[in-house]
Amino acid sequence: MGVLINPDFLSATNVSNVLTRSTFVAIIAVGATFVISSGGLDLSVGAMTAFVAGIMIMFMNALVPSLEANAIIAGIGLVICVGALCGLFNGLIVTIGRIEPFIVTLGTMGIFRAFITFMSNGGTIPIDRSLRDPFRPIYFGEVLGIPIPIVICAIVAGIGAFILYKTKYGRRCAAVGANEEVARFSGISVARIRTTAFVIQGICVAIAAVCYVPRLGAATPTTGLLWELQVITAVVIGGTALRGGKGHIWGTIAGAVILEMIANLMVLSDFISEYLVAAVQGVIIIVAMLIQRFSRRS
Amino acid sequence: MKYLSMSTLLSVAAIAAAAPALGQEEQKVMAVSIPAATHGWTGGVVYHAEAAAAEIREAFPNIDVVVNTSPSAIAQVGALEDLQASRDPDALVILPFTSEELTGPVETVKDAGTFITVVDRGLTDPRIQDLYVAGDNIAVGANTANWLSEQLGGEGDVVVLRGIPTVIDDERIQGFQDALEGTNINILDIQYANWNRDEAFNLMQDYLAKYSHIDAVWANDDDMLLGVLEAIDQAGRDDIKFALGANGMVDIVEMVRAGDPRTPISTPYPPSMIKTAMYLTAANLNGQAPVRGEVILDAPLITIDNAEEFYFPDSPF
Repeated sequence: MGVLINPDFLSATNVSNVLTRSTFVAIIAVGATFVISSGGLDLSVGAMTAFVAGIMIMFMNALVPSLEANAIIAGIGLVICVGALCGLFNGLIVTIGRIEPFIVTLGTMGIFRAFITFMSNGGTIPIDRSLRDPFRPIYFGEVLGIPIPIVICAIVAGIGAFILYKTKYGRRCAAVGANEEVARFSGISVARIRTTAFVIQGICVAIAAVCYVPRLGAATPTTGLLWELQVITAVVIGGTALRGGKGHIWGTIAGAVILEMIANLMVLSDFISEYLVAAVQGVIIIVAMLIQRFSRRS
Repeated sequence: MKYLSMSTLLSVAAIAAAAPALGQEEQKVMAVSIPAATHGWTGGVVYHAEAAAAEIREAFPNIDVVVNTSPSAIAQVGALEDLQASRDPDALVILPFTSEELTGPVETVKDAGTFITVVDRGLTDPRIQDLYVAGDNIAVGANTANWLSEQLGGEGDVVVLRGIPTVIDDERIQGFQDALEGTNINILDIQYANWNRDEAFNLMQDYLAKYSHIDAVWANDDDMLLGVLEAIDQAGRDDIKFALGANGMVDIVEMVRAGDPRTPISTPYPPSMIKTAMYLTAANLNGQAPVRGEVILDAPLITIDNAEEFYFPDSPF
């Protein structure tokens, strides 16, 4: 259908652009699949991406004089730790504080967004000029002709799928999401499973930030704006139930790609007024979900 | 509508600053209510407002300037009520979040006898304001279009990135389109990128995939332009002769200063207009300089020759 609208849709450059762009949401959505299938929800991921990207840039810039380009490796190490800590923070408040994840992460969404705005004075946190060239390949480079973010995304999804489908933790995750009481009576530590899911989410956010920073070389208060909604949509389009109980990693990845593809097709098509693009996107998402629902019933 | 040039404004401010307190030792309060720094341009507004506050306090010890930032229209209404209750300001300089929602609350402040200066976005009822300071969004679009038309010899294909659906965006686009009327410059495409660098990057990638030849790009904000430039560089496209923005962001003014062949100009819609408004309000409070009226800052082209004047290296925008 895409080709009918515009023959350029399937050009190698366009496909590669769209796939590469969708990796931010896809990587974060892998983490969200864990959180959602264990019965939680994380609204803070977009703001968290901006926050950890900002921390990473400031840390790397501070290290440039002593480490030069190696500051990037230190930055990546740090951002994974910070992401995991942010996730742990969310998870502990949810489980120990016994507060709805929706409310907790709504709160932390505001906190992370305010932090990045404060850190940047409302403007931009750019990476040090000397780091631009060595860092660029992580977004713009290729391995065997495949853009690096796609490779990273595939690895993250592969590990995610392994954990969710093949390990005890993955099965417990779904069990907790399906029925918390039953899971508790079967001796599963619900709090630990849920907290771990938020930590996984935080690590995924950090990995997405590592791919994101070299793209434009900066973090701003608008970084990752509304990504939480795209992430949740990707997870749900992918077949994971929003009320928890089961998760589909590869479906999530497909969902993220479909979302980005719809946006791309809207620009490539000439039929629709620019004012109505968002409405058409909304309709396509709803129709896709309905088709999925009815085809499963029959 | 009365148009004042930048130099007239500066001289008014200079006279105001030079005239000492004229015997009035009474303590006065100037409240400044602006949107919080949530993106580049408002970040610039906050920066310039704080700078102006410090300078005015220094020049006029009897004027106390209170700068208050709000993250939403509702919060700004609350902030106005708090300011009124706690400080009883003699003057209010306000950059309203939205016109409709703020009109009533500002009118309440006005009814208490406060001098009202409105900046950038007007209120629904212009009779409330004593002074109005804004940029010229039509000129932002039109001046860019005229320059572009001249450079391209009146013909070529351009793509446009819009901001967020607001009056400001509509006016800029209208100014741009109207100025191109009658030329053979064809606007290939026009879509929203929401004044967001990431979305502009994505949209520009799509434009590049869709059109094999583009002569020029116009993003009506420099934040978006940074994303556009990154996408063009990645695609390695050399058909694009000009990539232009607007607002005079520090990164772009740097390019203009350096004589970048692809981005040789920008047009200011300066966040420093808040400073203009605060200086004039201070003049009214203390210098017995009547400043009632409308001040529309023009949007002259920022070129390599005058870039220095628009260069604020410490500003976040």
